[in-house]
Amino acid sequence: MGLQGYLIVSALLFAIGTFGFMARRNAILMLISLELMFNAVNLSLVAFNAFLPPASNAGAVFALMIMAVAAAEVTVGLALVIAIIRTRQTAEVDQYADLKE
Amino acid sequence: MGAGLAVVTLRNIIHSAVAMMVCFGSLAGMYALLGAPIVAAAQVLIYLGAISVLILFAIMLTQAGDANLPAPFHRQVPIAAVISLAIAGLVGWAVIQTDWPAAAEAAAAAVEDIATAIFTEFALPFEIISLLLLVAIIGAIYLARRPEEDERAN
Repeated sequence: MGLQGYLIVSALLFAIGTFGFMARRNAILMLISLELMFNAVNLSLVAFNAFLPPASNAGAVFALMIMAVAAAEVTVGLALVIAIIRTRQTAEVDQYADLKE
Repeated sequence: MGAGLAVVTLRNIIHSAVAMMVCFGSLAGMYALLGAPIVAAAQVLIYLGAISVLILFAIMLTQAGDANLPAPFHRQVPIAAVISLAIAGLVGWAVIQTDWPAAAEAAAAAVEDIATAIFTEFALPFEIISLLLLVAIIGAIYLARRPEEDERAN
């Protein structure tokens, strides 16, 4: 499987993540879909790094940094979701409409 | 791929979390195939180890019982499907149209090179990442504190 194969897998994974983020109603599922999108970008970065070697392994380093940012993001995101669920007793994002002014 | 599709379509949220773990595991395999063992190891540690467990804990804390599962999808499914299919189509078309330089071999990235790059060329982003993680930890602790506890503390 060449570079194109990896890039197509990455594109499909990103599209699946987008679909999940927009279509699911559960807040935790939306976070999981975000993780899928992060992983798609990571996969394309690592594939570019492996197949188009410029210098300095920037793709792998960026992938590692994206992983760290994703870990921070999912920590804060899950804390927020749990706090909201504790007050609203539901994980459905449709029920959060009263958060707006 | 199939696991990723299962993530967004399964009705039971625990099933989709397990599908997410399968998806991350296969991605780690892909990184290993691409000659990036350090990224594969980080994928296994961070995603399979930390994030999956965190998400499973959150699901188990929030889902008391799955007596009546509501419809899993929003009413904006059609537009979401159209947009995501458009993204897949556009990116796939761009990938296929482009003439990539014929680098048939996946070049292995040595661990030493990556470490050197992190601590010399990318030292500033590395420090910023550590600061970001600290801020995230403090924020998560603040958010996860129960309101009764700080009333008791006052």
